[in-house]
Amino acid sequence: MPTTTIAGHAVEVNDEGFLTRPDQWSDDLGAELARLIGIELTDEHWKLVHFLRDDFALQGETATLRRVSTQTGTPVKSLFELFPGKPAKKMAYVAGLPKPKGCV
Amino acid sequence: MTTQTTETAPFVPSFDAPESQGRKLAIICSKGNLDMAYPGLILANAALGEGIETHLFFTFWGFDMINRKTSGELKFTMLGNTATHMPQGLGGIPGMTHLATSQMKKAIADLDVPEVPEFLDQIVASGGHLWACRMSADMQHLGEKDLRDDVEGIISASDFIELTEGAQLLFI
Repeated sequence: MPTTTIAGHAVEVNDEGFLTRPDQWSDDLGAELARLIGIELTDEHWKLVHFLRDDFALQGETATLRRVSTQTGTPVKSLFELFPGKPAKKMAYVAGLPKPKGCV
Repeated sequence: MTTQTTETAPFVPSFDAPESQGRKLAIICSKGNLDMAYPGLILANAALGEGIETHLFFTFWGFDMINRKTSGELKFTMLGNTATHMPQGLGGIPGMTHLATSQMKKAIADLDVPEVPEFLDQIVASGGHLWACRMSADMQHLGEKDLRDDVEGIISASDFIELTEGAQLLFI
């Protein structure tokens, strides 16, 4: 498993660059992961990132975009504005989680 | 994609790689059965989530997906569908289509996948474009008032071909 150094932390990543060990994540690291993909985290972003972390801890898998939207009450449109282009994958990356497996 | 891993330059996923920019997908939805509505919706939703410009063209029976009256009432029947692996005669028993439809809707809802109208809401919220077929509208004597508000227009087949220039295309 390759490792990379982000904000002074050595973290394990997969061949796409996603963190493979959720326990290596912290808020500091999350902010840096976001910065690396061009996103400045606001409170709205943090609410979603923390939801993803909590949901992953409970469900054992990363929430899909629809799940994030329905569970947090955030309109899908806003998710696309906060994490442009590929919201589900970008959110998962910032939260230090694998990309979602679900289709919808 | 960058594959090098060094201590100095962090290895970051290439979300906005130039080679994936400008990709377009056109999906032609021609069926009005519940089970045949979903493939187009799921693929459209997936494509939008990947940042791909996505256009759906509803034609013939696919019109039922965007017709306000029928959008939430699509049905699944065993008749003519050998993939249910049940005797075909069963499918003709009164009430069987209703039962099969309820069961399929429940199976879909259990996966937290929305019903057709709500799924289209999600697709539009994700930036998807809905188009209705002119000939189908004329055949069924339907106009814009009969369709979802977010259908961007009733257009001819050639208009659709023109606006999806360069797109990858799926016919369902």
